[in-house]
Amino acid sequence: MRAKGTVHKYGDNVDTDVIIPARYLNSSDPAELAKNCMEDIDKDFVNRVKPGDIMVANKNFGCGSSREHAPIAIKASGISCVIAETFARIFYRNAINIGLPIIECPEAAKAIEANDEVEIDFDSGMIYDLTKGLEFKGQAFPPFMQEIIKSGGLIARINSKN
Amino acid sequence: MGMTMTQKILAAHAGLESVSAGQLIEADLDLVLANDVTAPVAIHEMEKFNKKEVFDKDKVALVMDHFTPNKDIKSAEHCKCVREFSKDYDITNFFDVGAMGIEHALLPEKGLIVAGETCIGADSHTCTYGALGAFSTGVGSTDMAAGMVTGKAWFKVPSAIKFNIVGEKAKWVSGKDVILHIIGMIGVDGALYRSMEFVGEGIKNLTMDDRFTIANMAIEAGAKNGIFPVDELTEEYMNEHSTKAYKKFEADADAEYDEEYTIDLSTLKPTVAFPHLPENTKTIDEVGDIKIDQVVIGSCTNGRISDMRIAAEIMKGKHAADGVRVIVIPGTQDVYLQMIAEGLTETFIKAGAIVSTPTCGPCLGGHMGVMAAGEKAVSTTNRNFVGRMGHVDSEVYLASPAVAAASAITGKISCPCELGL
Repeated sequence: MRAKGTVHKYGDNVDTDVIIPARYLNSSDPAELAKNCMEDIDKDFVNRVKPGDIMVANKNFGCGSSREHAPIAIKASGISCVIAETFARIFYRNAINIGLPIIECPEAAKAIEANDEVEIDFDSGMIYDLTKGLEFKGQAFPPFMQEIIKSGGLIARINSKN
Repeated sequence: MGMTMTQKILAAHAGLESVSAGQLIEADLDLVLANDVTAPVAIHEMEKFNKKEVFDKDKVALVMDHFTPNKDIKSAEHCKCVREFSKDYDITNFFDVGAMGIEHALLPEKGLIVAGETCIGADSHTCTYGALGAFSTGVGSTDMAAGMVTGKAWFKVPSAIKFNIVGEKAKWVSGKDVILHIIGMIGVDGALYRSMEFVGEGIKNLTMDDRFTIANMAIEAGAKNGIFPVDELTEEYMNEHSTKAYKKFEADADAEYDEEYTIDLSTLKPTVAFPHLPENTKTIDEVGDIKIDQVVIGSCTNGRISDMRIAAEIMKGKHAADGVRVIVIPGTQDVYLQMIAEGLTETFIKAGAIVSTPTCGPCLGGHMGVMAAGEKAVSTTNRNFVGRMGHVDSEVYLASPAVAAASAITGKISCPCELGL
């Protein structure tokens, strides 16, 4: 599996309140959540984002509230993968559970800039910055998590065992 | 190699002799929790399961606390969905308006979680119950749905940071100042993926309410959980509130920690976290002249009776400064009743505050105190992110109930000592 797209770049500690503000949590519909994704730190994101685009951020991405609405909104906005130096732990679990691909790679997160074209090979964990001609090796998921992803999420995995 | 307190609880719930940091395990759950924002997503996810039943109707708790009493039609639809689910599945611990409180104030008070147990909650502040010597952590709605059906969750066994607490707090220093100080020191990702284990002779000088506040904000340092040893105070609390059997776990003497810090309570001062991260802390003598528009006293962090007593002690016989809106929110119905019995409600209202029914409302900019552009609040809540309490150009300063109450009177961020207290 591969993903390729234009990069939307953010800094440290992007919290789930700015990914999807609480004033929109009276909905749990992915398409509706996507309409307001990132608006408190990047008003224009929803207009710029194209299907397949890639989000890149620095450390502690997705900190704060446990709202699963955050990875749901990012996925529904068309983002194909989030690359960060580190992820906050609840966001990390949620992304795996709902099938939003994420990769921890400090080197890539630091070097890749906004509007770069980036391609990711999920099988090898390789990240290619096509604009800059750079490549990075992302951290592979442990086999247990790969099993969840391959099953199509946590619930599909549990169903397959029962 | 020895195990930390958290590792011992996880090993016992995974049916293993021992576990070590980094190991992936599946653990049995004693309690699975969600609220009116996260439960509807979990209920929707549950429809995808082959098996459509909950593992134990007594071990699921659903608390309608975020946007209740419902702020709009969509929120009402969410609560209706959870209400119908609770009826269909005969959920014992469904807390609707009239019975509900702010979940992390309510569940310990109802005795639903005790020492040695494991709990996941689709709310990041689920880590609060570490104050009781339980392993509890926040998850998302899908994990919650899976836990509700299977009674289990997968965990990567965390390593830990040890905080050795010594000394005794000065006047007007509380659990809130302890945890804000720690977050200021290690940063909002200082404990990422790890446990924060609090130990030491100074623990006895922290009330249960102090410990709930400290464990509650472990997530604001990125931690998986925060946990306290079980002492006489914990046992007294559990015996008063619960009939459940509890189990005391202690870290092994040779447990390994990634880092160790000593926190001398006697050196701490009232502490304020400036916008827009809980790590942006300053002690009260460094804050300068910051005029405020709103004060919020309440939340899962500071909505307990001792918080209300401290705030009322400071506000008694005084009045809020002109132009300052003061919102007081008891964490639970029992806290509310106790406030009435002790005359605290009257003190607050006479001081120009409003006293609301329990709700998470203003903490996350939901309702009951949403702010306009350019406004500033001192709040006893737990997050001061961009737009957290309303407009993206509003600002939240996190502080203790003592500082919040004093600030309400002076109209700027203040120490109670400025009022001659």
